Amino acid sequence: MRRKTTKELEEISKKIRCGILETMEIGKKSHLGGSMSSADLVTALYFYKMKHNSKNPDDPDRDRFIFSKGHSVLAQYAALAECGYFPKPILKTTKTLGSVLQGHPETRTPGIEANTGSLGQGLSIGLGMAIGAKLDHRDYKVYVILGDGELAEGQIWEAATTASFYKLDNLIAIVDYNKLQAVGSIKKRYDLGDIRGKFAIFGWKTFEINGHDMKEILQALDSVDEIKGAPSVVIAHTIKGKGVSFAANNPAFHNAPLTKEQIERAKADICNS
Amino acid sequence: MKIPVICKEREILVVFKEVLIENLEKKANLIRRYIIEMISNAEGGHIGGALSIADIMAVLYFHTLKIDPKNPEWEDRDRLVLSKGHASAAWYAALAERGYFPKEELLTFDHINSRLQGHPDMKRTPGVDMSSGSLGQGISAALGMALAARYLKKTYRTFVILGDGETQEGQVWEAAMTAAHYELDNLIVILDYNKLQLFGQTNTIMNIEPVIEKWQVFGWNTIEINGHRINEIVQALENAVKFEGKPTIVVAHTVKGKGVSFMENKVEWHSLPPTKEQVEKALKELEYF
Amino acid sequence: MKNNVIATRTAFGEALVEIAKERKDIVVLDTDVATSTKTSIFREAFPERFFEMGIAEQNMMGVAAGMASTQKIVPFAVTFAVFATKRVCDQVSISIAYPKLNVKIVGSYGGIPTGKAGATHQAFEDIAIMRAIPNMTVIVPADAEEMKQAVKACVKYDGPVYLRCIRCDTPVVFDENYNFEWNKGVTLREGKDITIVSTGMMTPEALIATNILVDKGLDVRLIHLHTIKPIDKDILLKASIETGHIVTVENHGIIGGLGGAVAEILSESEPALIKRIGIEDTFGESGSLKDLFFKYGLTSENIVKEVKNLIEKKRRKYSC
Repeated sequence: MRRKTTKELEEISKKIRCGILETMEIGKKSHLGGSMSSADLVTALYFYKMKHNSKNPDDPDRDRFIFSKGHSVLAQYAALAECGYFPKPILKTTKTLGSVLQGHPETRTPGIEANTGSLGQGLSIGLGMAIGAKLDHRDYKVYVILGDGELAEGQIWEAATTASFYKLDNLIAIVDYNKLQAVGSIKKRYDLGDIRGKFAIFGWKTFEINGHDMKEILQALDSVDEIKGAPSVVIAHTIKGKGVSFAANNPAFHNAPLTKEQIERAKADICNS
Repeated sequence: MKIPVICKEREILVVFKEVLIENLEKKANLIRRYIIEMISNAEGGHIGGALSIADIMAVLYFHTLKIDPKNPEWEDRDRLVLSKGHASAAWYAALAERGYFPKEELLTFDHINSRLQGHPDMKRTPGVDMSSGSLGQGISAALGMALAARYLKKTYRTFVILGDGETQEGQVWEAAMTAAHYELDNLIVILDYNKLQLFGQTNTIMNIEPVIEKWQVFGWNTIEINGHRINEIVQALENAVKFEGKPTIVVAHTVKGKGVSFMENKVEWHSLPPTKEQVEKALKELEYF
Repeated sequence: MKNNVIATRTAFGEALVEIAKERKDIVVLDTDVATSTKTSIFREAFPERFFEMGIAEQNMMGVAAGMASTQKIVPFAVTFAVFATKRVCDQVSISIAYPKLNVKIVGSYGGIPTGKAGATHQAFEDIAIMRAIPNMTVIVPADAEEMKQAVKACVKYDGPVYLRCIRCDTPVVFDENYNFEWNKGVTLREGKDITIVSTGMMTPEALIATNILVDKGLDVRLIHLHTIKPIDKDILLKASIETGHIVTVENHGIIGGLGGAVAEILSESEPALIKRIGIEDTFGESGSLKDLFFKYGLTSENIVKEVKNLIEKKRRKYSC
């Protein structure tokens, strides 16, 4: 099957961003910022890189994706809907009682591999799946998107040590490095220092890109395939709220309610970008 | 043991330093003897990891720490947290020798109702600043003490002895990141880098290397030494307390079971009760001056 | 019952600032959720006494322990209830409770209300976990007024405390004449037919249920327990002896929380038939508050229903 071009993927990422807005109930809080900053990464994974098939969600050879920064799951819901894992109208039921789309990722949702939301846990789960692949002699890959603030969790470094020790070259972490967390700027509130250097010293192969430049994202994901004997991390510089003019780089939109007008404006921003 | 002379006026200082080193070596040796006696009397204990920090304990308790055994609650005292709490025998030995409680009490180690519990208990033992035993936690508490010192505008320093296997615990890296973020130069960690843990060599269980570079990337000042050379420990701690702007880790290369030939570098001596013959042999090797 | 509604997390945030004005030894630690836990109010007022710990809860508990060990600082270690208890159980036990250090652990977002975040953020086991840790006091205030007084009382007490806050607005049922008594239950209504024992935000609901039942002729005793540990045994034993049967209600799981505690006490000396209302051994989910409270039976209507059921059971048991 022909691989999608950069241009095509950029168009799809607009659909993903619109899909994120579909999940948001007017006047109710939603994690807009972090979902938008991950949107291009999620697009690249679901529509370019990952081996997967919505008609066969349990295919044992499928690539796995874990959204460790689970509060940004809205981007994944949009991608799963776009891929046909469930009908698009379901997006509107997000976070309502009994919905298959919960506030944070749950395996009740077709296409979701792990329950996350409690930060710091997804990388460990991913590494377990990667070990599973090796034991099972399968060549599927495991992709995990991490938040930058999430790197403060000690469990991440337990997983980093272990992944490197077990030489898990089928494990790829992607850091959505938008430099903001719930209470504001990371550098001001809780400085994480040299993220790339930290992963490197823990034995990971590192890549650093613009997380909204589709060409760079695709190049990095392809380069990772060449790595043998070590896990990889792609540090993706992103903008929280990217694509929505009033939310871009604005910590207030970590988890905020949107009015009807704001949603309309956001849609216009996305379609006209 | 001679320290190089810098100039004539320093000759006296050199002589004093020689005497200091010799005294500290004697103390380290005594601590080792106490460890053997305590653990054999208790019919078990974490002997290897206690012996590996005996020299470090000697320097801390007889040179570096600003403390007062008659006043264990003195609010301006330097703090020590034994984050690798299972090496408690070494701590109790040092505390007893320093005068926090009678030496005879060492024989109650690990006995019921004793003030000397298997892992440090700050509510029971004079001189123990923080309870520990569940690995990875002591360093966080120490960081809290260091933060408190700055907040209360006090000048006490906080020292932590960390195990190398212990750095597999994620919480250690949470503490490392936080200490660096707060630029806590009143926090000094000493890593007992003996390269062994319960089931084997650290680098075969869960490799923690490269140790020095990791702490540097996490924003720490690093010093690397031989953890059994008293003069190196003395110098390292003197430099560490003077360093500004970052917390310091002294990575001390040590030998598990150091001082007793048949225990050195042996995984099984993590916590084996020595037989009567082994105790005699060990004490004979530790006969000193 | 008053008409105003205030979230206990907000009341907590404000009360903390009030008491910190007199008690200069109070500091606050938070893990990147200050705007949610409302320690942001404290951060605004006393920035030099606020310590951001990043998303690293286990470390935070240790840091709080270290600070408290100086005996010059009283730290409040604040985060979401799930992380303040489940994630850090060992750290709280060993670093704080075991040495009985004067740390106040605050779990915000207790129980169901989490703004639809779902299972990972809904604490249904926090009371059960903290109750099982020795040296720990566990307090679950009913409303903003009680929260205000509880914060003051916690600071006066020298030892580890777990204080639970709620995210959503809840009715204020106590006024300034109310006097929060340390470790003591509160009898909100005397009665002899049956007793309802409630805690936290379920007390206002229990009040509504009591009024409905009293209108229907049932002489209901209503007891509010703000402190689950140490629990007020006397008030419970008396209720068991005098009314026979107990319905407990909590915004928490039925295993190990208020219901569990009441059952433990009574089964040893004055057994009563107990119906525990709460989350029944399941993880939570996303949904509106109204939907969730209805689904999990945490409404005055369901309390009324269960009381009637228990009365019926009692009647059948004792009829010829």
